[in-house]
Amino acid sequence: MSILIYAESAEGKFKKVAFELASYAKKVAESLGTTVTALTVNTGDVSELAKYGVDKVLKVNNDKLAGFTAKAYADVIKQAAEKEGTKVVLLSSTTDSIYLSSLVAVALNAGFASNVVGLPVSTSPFQVKRNAFSNKAFNITEISTDVKVLGLAKNSYGIFESAGSATEEDFNPSIGDNDFGVKVESVEKVSGKVSIADADIVVSGGRGLKGPENWGMIEDLAAVLGAATACSKPVSDLGWRPHSEHVGQTGKPVATNLYIAIGISGAIQHIAGINSSKVKVVINNDPEAPFFKVADYGVVGDAFTIVPQLIEKLKAFKAQHS
Amino acid sequence: MKILVCISHVPDTTSKINFSNGDSEFDTNGVQYVINPNDEFGLTRAIWFQEQQGATVTVVNVGGPDTEPSLRKALAIGANEAIRVNANPTDGFFVAKQLAEVIKNGGYDLVIAGKESLDYNGGMVPGMIAGILGSNFLNSCTAITVDGNNVKAVREIDGGKETLSTSLPLIIGGQKGLVEEKDLRIPNMRGIMTARTKALTILEPVDAPVNTKAVKFEKPAPKSAVKLVSPDNLDELINLLHNEAKVI
Repeated sequence: MSILIYAESAEGKFKKVAFELASYAKKVAESLGTTVTALTVNTGDVSELAKYGVDKVLKVNNDKLAGFTAKAYADVIKQAAEKEGTKVVLLSSTTDSIYLSSLVAVALNAGFASNVVGLPVSTSPFQVKRNAFSNKAFNITEISTDVKVLGLAKNSYGIFESAGSATEEDFNPSIGDNDFGVKVESVEKVSGKVSIADADIVVSGGRGLKGPENWGMIEDLAAVLGAATACSKPVSDLGWRPHSEHVGQTGKPVATNLYIAIGISGAIQHIAGINSSKVKVVINNDPEAPFFKVADYGVVGDAFTIVPQLIEKLKAFKAQHS
Repeated sequence: MKILVCISHVPDTTSKINFSNGDSEFDTNGVQYVINPNDEFGLTRAIWFQEQQGATVTVVNVGGPDTEPSLRKALAIGANEAIRVNANPTDGFFVAKQLAEVIKNGGYDLVIAGKESLDYNGGMVPGMIAGILGSNFLNSCTAITVDGNNVKAVREIDGGKETLSTSLPLIIGGQKGLVEEKDLRIPNMRGIMTARTKALTILEPVDAPVNTKAVKFEKPAPKSAVKLVSPDNLDELINLLHNEAKVI
């Protein structure tokens, strides 16, 4: 009966989303009068999950699952859900979890709601609130199947600790060869930099920066804040920055705590991609730039004088608060 | 190679989003519709396979007669034929079920769908089709080449990319990168003329269980106005981010 979460890890360590998912699951479990079981795959120490409300950990350790294969992972989650008699499966919104979630839903004959924000609106009937229309609206979705799969939108709930302990159990699902129709040949990850997906803060630059040679201050600002760097579509189209940094509707979605837009006017397609960020700051010399309409804080002025000053002031601030 | 490109008919990003009938329905009044951008990248890549490797390209949409302009546009861009499953899409699974039926009956080798649509942003249809059919599946696909039955592809992952190998039949959830924005095809006059004579087949839907339904829509609370900070007083910005917003 317990709620099942798939607690994602990378290189043996939990991703932050695993703790957000556990925190969320704990609250949902309380309202349904049940407990939380977390499934882990090739994670080393799983004890940390107990801090966020997990009651039981199903540990899968299998060399076949060393690389991420959506079908195999979905199969493992399905078997764990069946073993636990789970009625609610909770998944996160990382690229990998989005990839496998529809497969899990179909395998369990479950109704699936993705992009869920906040706790269920009601548990009987089971209704959840979801982001829709590129964050311009919410959609209340009712799930009427016996088993339900929810995909929690990134950074939409938060991480909350709760006292408790978790039991651990080894789990050996059967993994067939037909789970490996798609093979990973190679993985390229940018090392030594915070990725946009994992970042709490994103510093993003637009065409207002005039050229790629001026990106040093964007990177410096990001470094002071421990932030990831990003850019608007025109900047990636012009080749000033790699496509992997393009955020917006056709680029990467951003849902961080703080998004700082520098020299970005705020085209509607850009806003659509970054709008679920909690706090937005804009620095732009054009007070009419549309970004000011969606931002929480704004500075009207020349980025080339403001950003270097901001870096110095933040360094002083960080030195004082560390 | 037979390619099926799944096309969503979605409100243009600049559309005002409103709801009617007690906030239970999307208000289509004055809304401009376009081919879903993620699908457009896939369509252009499919046309590339048609021109370079002799593939045939069918486009499909699940929707009412009002969605036909998007299918006609896809035909004008170069698709060989179109199929419309005549039903009002109720949820992702319903759509996936209809598309799976079309794929089964049509014997398609490669199915390209967008990784998500701009309207409901569910991002679930391509994976559900693969789940129903048991085919190979690749999501967030940014590049694909096909040689015989062998496929090489690239998938975007958080913080990087992954190169993968797989084989047909295959379902992909595609996005920007399959082709670049500057290479997207737009219909020319000849394309528009020939599109009129291409086949647009209308199929009736198959039964599918109602797993989920949208019961209500809400709009976010109006945002408070931006707080402007003078460029001469950046300490105030840091103070606000630290003490008020609590994000640094």
